[in-house]
Amino acid sequence: MQLYLPIADLPVNVLLILAMGAAVGFVSGMFGVGGGFLMTPLLIFVGIAPAVAVASVTSHMAASSFSGALSYWRRRAIDPMLAFVLLCGGIAGTALGVWFFVLMRSVGQLDLMIALSYVVLLTAVGGLMVYEGLRAILRTRRGEVALSRRTGNRNWIHALPLKIRFKRSKMYLSVLPVVAIGLLIGFIGAVMGVGGGFILVPMLIYLLRVPTTMVVGTSMVLTLVTMLIATILHAATSHLVDAVLALILMIGGVTGAQFGARAGQRIRGEQLRLLLGLLVLAVGIRFAFELGIKPDELFTLRDVGPS
Amino acid sequence: MVGRAGSALAIAVAALLGLAGPAQAEKLIVSVSNARVTVTPNYAGGELVLFGSVERDNPAPVEQMAYDMVVTVIGPRSDMVTRRKERKFGIWINSDSRQFLMVPSYLAVFSNRPIEAIAAPEVRRRQQLGIKHTLLTQRIGTDYADVVANDQFRTAFVRLREERKLYEEDPAAVKFLTPTLFRTGIPLPAEVPIGSYEVHIKLFGNGEMLTQTETSFEIAKVGFEQFVATAAKQHGIVYGLLTALMALATGWMASIVFRRD
Repeated sequence: MQLYLPIADLPVNVLLILAMGAAVGFVSGMFGVGGGFLMTPLLIFVGIAPAVAVASVTSHMAASSFSGALSYWRRRAIDPMLAFVLLCGGIAGTALGVWFFVLMRSVGQLDLMIALSYVVLLTAVGGLMVYEGLRAILRTRRGEVALSRRTGNRNWIHALPLKIRFKRSKMYLSVLPVVAIGLLIGFIGAVMGVGGGFILVPMLIYLLRVPTTMVVGTSMVLTLVTMLIATILHAATSHLVDAVLALILMIGGVTGAQFGARAGQRIRGEQLRLLLGLLVLAVGIRFAFELGIKPDELFTLRDVGPS
Repeated sequence: MVGRAGSALAIAVAALLGLAGPAQAEKLIVSVSNARVTVTPNYAGGELVLFGSVERDNPAPVEQMAYDMVVTVIGPRSDMVTRRKERKFGIWINSDSRQFLMVPSYLAVFSNRPIEAIAAPEVRRRQQLGIKHTLLTQRIGTDYADVVANDQFRTAFVRLREERKLYEEDPAAVKFLTPTLFRTGIPLPAEVPIGSYEVHIKLFGNGEMLTQTETSFEIAKVGFEQFVATAAKQHGIVYGLLTALMALATGWMASIVFRRD
């Protein structure tokens, strides 16, 4: 079933895109991540322009995080105050990210920048996940009990000024690191077409010591709002959001996520994390490899419209 | 500007020829098979046909002169940037670029025999016959110029357009069915740009231009996909808001359909 994508400007097989959305949705449901860091590279690998992939996946991320955020809201697993402070940074970060995106595109370095940031991010995160996964498996082999990460001492972050109380998370914490994290995630999200949950969740747990019950729901609120804003800003500035592509991805993604979440409850965590780590690492290495080989065509052409 | 000056010159030359030459004046009568082509998203390419005939004031003996014809089809103009990749720090990155100013998005040059055989070099240059002689203005820093035909950015630009069948030169496309009746096909590839197209038809005899005429046609894309593409370009913010709403609606639907608690 062929369909013509209006903005990506190429015909695709609807079933292929649906299956990709479902597969990424399945993985994201299983691990409780948004999946943008897999979706965007997959779209680039099937031939969609990196800029269109990034801009379109932002709206896909908004859809999947909204359905997630709704269910966490019903379970009262969202800290509204924490979400609000994160968003103060997140919205500014998103605007900065879109501005940077437009700037890089106008100087012709956008594709390179997207590829480079994926290389850095995916190899780093994938490498860490593989390392952690291997360690966890070795520990269980030796019969040791996994160490709890939340028993550390109060770190330097807790010494910063401008503290406020986050009631639902039972924390008393400076707003500075929270705004800074929001800013960073918003920026990365808009530039790379990712929700950023896979960086945000560890940061909230290990740096800010947010209770694990609040982490995923609250991070989904940040993803939802930053991705909605990124969608609107990308559409308004570079006109690269492909709504048809996004809709197919959304349908595949939200469906896949449901089955992924169910499967995730039944499968052992360590092996799964190792597997995901290997997958992420492989995608990162693929990007790195493509940067190094000589392209068949050294020249590119872009129509910038009538002057 | 130069194009207009060129055609003004051409008319002047034609007028001079008409005065200086024997009492014989040619007139071209042409017609395209379809003045408005609508293209749907699953359009895989097609062809227009240009028909025409050469009318003469006083019917001279047919064997007196063999006509030559050059048909140039120019699509909507646009700015285009060509970039060149270079290896830096072990990776291939865009390093140098040229901006082509208001160049044709589609350019096809058809003739009945190689243009080199039809007219002398200075006529070809003056009349912009062939892709090689078509003016492609580049901006290099603050300078505006059309550089030599073998400039690497110009060559790459033409090659990239040719690969997508958007620039084409065919020295055998124009067919004279009789000494005065001619026909040529105008192929329109799948990704033909929308907008208005000019067709310049120039008649040559003995290496000199005898007369010329112009016609035009329109390419319009229709269908849902084109509607989306146009909306995205012309109403970016509204389009973005609607896409965001669509995302919210899909997410909300999913949370209802798959609700487990």
